Amino acid sequence: MTRTSPAVAAVALAIAAFLVAFLVVPVAAVVVTAFADGQGGFTLAHFAAFAQISLMRESFANSLYVAGLTVAFATLIAVPLAYLTVRFQFRGAILIQTLGVLPLVMPAFVGASAMQLLFGRSGSVNLILKDAFGITLPLMEGLNGVIFVETLHYFPFILLNLSAALANIDSSMEESAQNLGSSGWRLFSRIVFPLALPGYVAGASLVFIKVFDDLGTPLVLNVTNMLAPQAYLRVTSIGIEDPIGYVICVILVVFSIAAMAGSWWFVKRRDYAVVSRGGAMAPRRRLTPWQTFLAYGWIALVLLLVLSPHLGILLLSFSKVWSFTVLPEQFTLAHYATVFEDSTRMIWNTFLYCGLAALFDVIIGTAIAYIVLRTALPGRQLLDHLVTVALAMPGVVLGIGYLRTFRGIELPFGGGALTASWLIFVLAYAVRRLPYALRSCMAALQQVHPSLEEAAENLGANRWRTIRRVVVPLMAGGILAGFVTSFITAAVEISETILLTSRESLAPMSYGIYLYMQSIAGRGPGAALGVIAVVLVAVGTYLSHRFVAANTPQNPTGGKP
Amino acid sequence: MTPVGVDIRNVALSFGTTQVLKDITVSIQPGEFFALLGPSGSGKSTLLRLIAGFNQHSHGSVLVGGKDVTGTPPWKRNVGMVFQNYALWPHMTVEQNVAFGLEERKFPREKIREKVAAALELVGLSALGKRRPGQLSGGQQQRVAIARTLAIEPQVLLLDEPLSNLDARLRVQTRQELVKLQKRLGITTIFVTHDQEEALTTCHRIAVMDQGVIQQVGTPIELFDHPANRFVAQFVGSVNLFAGRFRREGDRLRFASVQIGEIDLPPGLEPPSEGSDLAFRPHAVHFDGDGRTPSEGSIRLDGAVEGSEFLGEFLRYEIRVGEALVTADVPHERGRLPIAAGTRVGLSVPASELRFVSA
Repeated sequence: MTRTSPAVAAVALAIAAFLVAFLVVPVAAVVVTAFADGQGGFTLAHFAAFAQISLMRESFANSLYVAGLTVAFATLIAVPLAYLTVRFQFRGAILIQTLGVLPLVMPAFVGASAMQLLFGRSGSVNLILKDAFGITLPLMEGLNGVIFVETLHYFPFILLNLSAALANIDSSMEESAQNLGSSGWRLFSRIVFPLALPGYVAGASLVFIKVFDDLGTPLVLNVTNMLAPQAYLRVTSIGIEDPIGYVICVILVVFSIAAMAGSWWFVKRRDYAVVSRGGAMAPRRRLTPWQTFLAYGWIALVLLLVLSPHLGILLLSFSKVWSFTVLPEQFTLAHYATVFEDSTRMIWNTFLYCGLAALFDVIIGTAIAYIVLRTALPGRQLLDHLVTVALAMPGVVLGIGYLRTFRGIELPFGGGALTASWLIFVLAYAVRRLPYALRSCMAALQQVHPSLEEAAENLGANRWRTIRRVVVPLMAGGILAGFVTSFITAAVEISETILLTSRESLAPMSYGIYLYMQSIAGRGPGAALGVIAVVLVAVGTYLSHRFVAANTPQNPTGGKP
Repeated sequence: MTPVGVDIRNVALSFGTTQVLKDITVSIQPGEFFALLGPSGSGKSTLLRLIAGFNQHSHGSVLVGGKDVTGTPPWKRNVGMVFQNYALWPHMTVEQNVAFGLEERKFPREKIREKVAAALELVGLSALGKRRPGQLSGGQQQRVAIARTLAIEPQVLLLDEPLSNLDARLRVQTRQELVKLQKRLGITTIFVTHDQEEALTTCHRIAVMDQGVIQQVGTPIELFDHPANRFVAQFVGSVNLFAGRFRREGDRLRFASVQIGEIDLPPGLEPPSEGSDLAFRPHAVHFDGDGRTPSEGSIRLDGAVEGSEFLGEFLRYEIRVGEALVTADVPHERGRLPIAAGTRVGLSVPASELRFVSA
């Protein structure tokens, strides 16, 4: 199966050229600008200047603080839930699985304004607390609000990774430890925890990066003394030439890559869970009544918190006025009417940009998966690595990189400036969502046993015919799931979107939500648009799970040697 | 279609620095049912895949029907392969699977329908054409795989461990059906297996492979009775092997082994080369007083029973002779109890059953 043809090489080169032009060059431009002295030389002066501005030092510390605490709180929520589902006989497992998906369906920046109304200084919870006990909790004050919102949004990453890691531990691992006399806390700390650690680290590092790079949530909560908002503000208010914005970008990139590389290194070194697969999962233990009570209590509390932005945004979208009251006092459908009157253009834009970007992603993803897994093209792994780099690139950085690299570049046939056209959204979304589509395509192709392709070749189908008649149909579920994942994550992308929106007629929905949320009067329509986005994402997530589920068991020879 | 032969001439293949096939030369006759037998890693599957065109050899040539196919891509070779895991496409029905190769060959639709029906008829699966592979049992899947391959009327049929995914009872039945099918179609067939019983029972000739080299080619009986070397002796059937030195005393030949001590060899045996091992099969060992009269020229061994395994048709004894353990098979008769461990026994092996093998 490992042969290489000129056609394969040509496709690989074309993909590489695309990635270089729209990923490597823009990021490189950002990095170069941060170190350039204006006369073509190298300088650290911009970094020195950065360190001398007290707001920058504060922002840097704040970003670390917020990301660190979010990881800590997310861990507190996720670890007990993961352990409960995997190791105990427990009817609430379906609830926990729901918990794992619900927050991801609601983009953090959408939920943020609803959270203000529920947990803010004059929000529902504090109004009740003040009435009953005369106290208030500063849950949404400044950085607290960012930590609170991000924790509720991102803890599923730890929950999902850790649950998978725990479920992967072969029961014989624990049983042999028990057989040798280990139990309880010692069994957990010496066997279970070390074996599941790679899963936890992978999830936690992802949470750290996402929070550290996030632009939308702090902006919606009006918190600007963090790194990503500062980068955005410098570039938009002072100008595209301001070097401090680029310095911040470099810091974001360095931290993202370091966190991701660190987690990979760790997982690679410590990933023994795969040593003996195929055995049964550890038998689930029974909970004592007291433990059951605690477990359900914990789940109920988390579920309540997780659902609060969903409920909040729903209430907000139907409320006429909602301030200084526990719940809205009058309900209306007017906001939805407003949205459908004013914002159909934005909804259409979202479908256009994200649909094209996702289509692009699955085509490139399928091609890369095939080249990496099925050909002997020298350097083919490079494509995979290059795409994975996109995963570590903060949207702010790529957005600023696009503005800098492509300013002044005119589209052919009088299409105007690239940075002022809708194409820039498609490109930006496609590049940043490509890793998701690629993972999905890779997983799908790995499910296809190479002998299925060899059988086709043996019966007279050449390579291209084999790809068309056997490979792509068998990958269909994975490709569709990749398309949907790319589409929905791009639909609620906010960092790049804020930076790249040059005029309102080009704006997608996510920008619309952000824009509405800026004013008190716009909150209602913003929430309505948010509900539409959430429904879109929820339906997409459901479909993508369906596609994957429909694809896997259909492959009888997939698992055999 | 008249059957064609397959000629493999001085073929060598390496994966990186590992030499997987070393100077392989073997000639498979038209219409022959030929086995490639060897342990895993012996290169047998690699050789089969090379004939199908999935591996490219670095040296030598492969001829199918007298035509050099070196460099021909798999889809132009017309050698049908049945994969170990059957490789049925799960997104197509049984009929669509079988029709695939004919569609690729651009047969008219009417012709395809005819040939698909004939192929499914051949393997007795006409009723299941509309099913998906996932809805079939392992044995049925295997038949579909065979039908799919035969539908294109290949010049050569390649079978890669086709029985290994079946349970024991089905394996024997399928094996016998394969032999009948091959006989009826007369198609040149190459069968890869690691199971000596499969190879011995089905094939006209067998090539025993180890470490990328063909150790011996012969009919099942030739391999069993006249193993060319130590590996073949051990891999095909069970064997007792003893290293030692041969010494001539007048016209007598003596064999001195640190393992079993010094024994007299019967007259008339051909003087073997230095470094040969003395070999005999367990079933050739006679117990004194077991009723099987030893022939004139025999070697004699004395030992004590160490243990036994009851295998139904026969009892397999481990007998301590000097430093060595000799394996001896005795046909079982109803009601007979095994000889107790520790019992001293006298053994003899007829000269005609003695072989000398070298590495």
